[in-house]
Amino acid sequence: MSMLEIKNLHARAVAGDKEILKGIDLTVNPGEVHAIMGPNGSGKSTLAGVLAGREAYEVTEGEVLYEGHNLLELDPEERAREGIFMAFQYPVEIPGVNNIYFLKAAVNAIRKHHGEEELDAIDFMALVKEKLKILHMDQSLLNRPVNEGFSGGEKKRNEIFQMAVLDPKLAILDETDSGLDIDALRNVADGVNALRNKDRAIIVVTHYQRLLNYIVPDYVHVLSGGRIVRSGGKELALELEKRGYGWIEAEAKKAALVGA
Amino acid sequence: MIGTIETKDTYLADFARREREAAGRAPAWLTALRQEAIARFGELGFPTRHHEEWRFTNIAPLLEVPFHPAPAEPERLMLERLRAFTFPGLDCCQLVFVNGRYAPELSTFGYLPEGVQVLSLAEALEAEPEAVGAHLARYAEFEQQAFTALNTAFLEDGAFVSLPRGVIVERPIHLLYVSTAPEKPTVSYPRTLFIAGENSQATLIESYAGWDGEVYFTNAVTEIVLGENAVVDHYKVLRESLQAFHIADMRVHLERTSNFASHSITLGGALVRNEVYARLNGEGGECTLNGLYLANGRRLVDNHTAIDHAMPNCTSHEVYKGILDDRAHGVFNGKIFVRPDAQKTDAKQTNKTLLLSEDAQINTKPQLEIFADDVRCTHGATVGQLDEDALFYMRSRGIGEEQARNILTFAFASEIISRIKVEPVRAQLEQALFEQLPGGHETEELLK
Repeated sequence: MSMLEIKNLHARAVAGDKEILKGIDLTVNPGEVHAIMGPNGSGKSTLAGVLAGREAYEVTEGEVLYEGHNLLELDPEERAREGIFMAFQYPVEIPGVNNIYFLKAAVNAIRKHHGEEELDAIDFMALVKEKLKILHMDQSLLNRPVNEGFSGGEKKRNEIFQMAVLDPKLAILDETDSGLDIDALRNVADGVNALRNKDRAIIVVTHYQRLLNYIVPDYVHVLSGGRIVRSGGKELALELEKRGYGWIEAEAKKAALVGA
Repeated sequence: MIGTIETKDTYLADFARREREAAGRAPAWLTALRQEAIARFGELGFPTRHHEEWRFTNIAPLLEVPFHPAPAEPERLMLERLRAFTFPGLDCCQLVFVNGRYAPELSTFGYLPEGVQVLSLAEALEAEPEAVGAHLARYAEFEQQAFTALNTAFLEDGAFVSLPRGVIVERPIHLLYVSTAPEKPTVSYPRTLFIAGENSQATLIESYAGWDGEVYFTNAVTEIVLGENAVVDHYKVLRESLQAFHIADMRVHLERTSNFASHSITLGGALVRNEVYARLNGEGGECTLNGLYLANGRRLVDNHTAIDHAMPNCTSHEVYKGILDDRAHGVFNGKIFVRPDAQKTDAKQTNKTLLLSEDAQINTKPQLEIFADDVRCTHGATVGQLDEDALFYMRSRGIGEEQARNILTFAFASEIISRIKVEPVRAQLEQALFEQLPGGHETEELLK
């Protein structure tokens, strides 16, 4: 069974009447890394938002199956508990809530959902310290309020750290590379690579090919005008880097005209 | 509706009766002060909602209750019953007052440095009336303040604290004003006078407390004077009965380079008005006024603060936060005056209110009056619900919506509590948040 099957997905922003996603089809299997690339306004963030359960978007047609079940009827917290993780493009600052308690609440909510015993403070700290080591992160981060006063790079690393602790089956990285300098980018990519394994699927949403030098995808899909207009291997990303998005958009338009 | 005039007459009659009984026992200046105060109260009467400073705070419920002066011999309370209002683990000098009167059998002093005076106001008036008279009612004007006039007219007891020059008092001084009204509604008039000499330093905790179900009225006035370079860390912890009325006026006078920081935490009371006026009267002074209030049911909590920058190079910071549930009503008024001489003033004011229900209500009003040109004054107010982005972020990590709301609500309140420097006070108030906020026990479990 596929981990994720997106079939003819159409969606619009609740605030507007324009359709943003116009029929997406995508299948992701365990262990695979898929990159979704596309110019601004192509629908990348909408797709990520729909998968995470953002209320700002409404699905008008099509379906999304996660492990064979309808994903779209689940609340955001239920999706997380079932193993979906989204690394935010803009991680949210939560003043007054320490990282450590935030994560403990998340881990125990997920454990409870699976009928597992909640972790006490000691076991939880042990888990967290082990993950910090994998990501070469400083422990002082734990006692700071979630993302508050973090630099752009720290925020993105914190996302990957959360991913490591929550151990999802499917991770969606929404423009995790945006705003990062090359050192921070490498750092984040190393963290993601350390979490790659045969059971975990990862969807990397990005505008630039740069991140894909470090997180090498198995598949690359190009999103344009709310549709996947081309899919290929990692070499497709290199071609996009060289030639830009223009030619693909032009081809897609031509194809649409011919089709019509 | 009972006429306010009728109610006023009751207080005037109480005053006349008490003056007859106490004739000749007080120093002449005090008798004159009381008479001046009752005369002013008689002229002012109780404020109505036509009065600009009371527009949003309707005191009609207070005027409907026939309060009786607390008996001269207060109820004998067991120390055990006070435990809920003390701070476990806090090594402090603790004076307990029952219905405004000093209760020596419940109080503990411990070591105090040489020259430090901590005693009841009644004792101080007896022992050294001149020293008290030099300060008493010199800061708490009652020209326009009916309730301050009323307190002054009835003032008899309370606390007197005096720190000599250069003395540092390490242990906090806790003034615990407890009210009881087991049979009929009572009124008390606690009065606190706190004089910090030049270069002295101390922590003052004022508690006002009572037991739920009992109806009483606390009309308190506190005067705090900071000499040059003095440092006072002040806490007001209000845990009055949920049926009680509390109207208080605190006046703070800061001399050159002194530092006053106050945290006012209101957890109880049916109708509460905390008035604070701080005057930065010398160059380089610093004043912090922070506050947190929680109200539910149909309770009303009103915080009226004023910081008066009279001299140059002074700094003031102010953060007030409120959490209102059910049909509770909050009022915040934050005045900042910057006088013509007060160049280089740096004043910052923030007021944030969290409304947990659609029927809760807040009236918030920053009021900046600036008469100097080289100053920095900022203010900001937010009113509303929890941050939707933060909620979604938490849910996207698996945290249920209700728990996410509860965690964010606690975080909102703990921003003020976490600034409390006295650990046992902080711990006790954090515990109070767990008890009072929705889902508090689950949050407590999480933070363990």
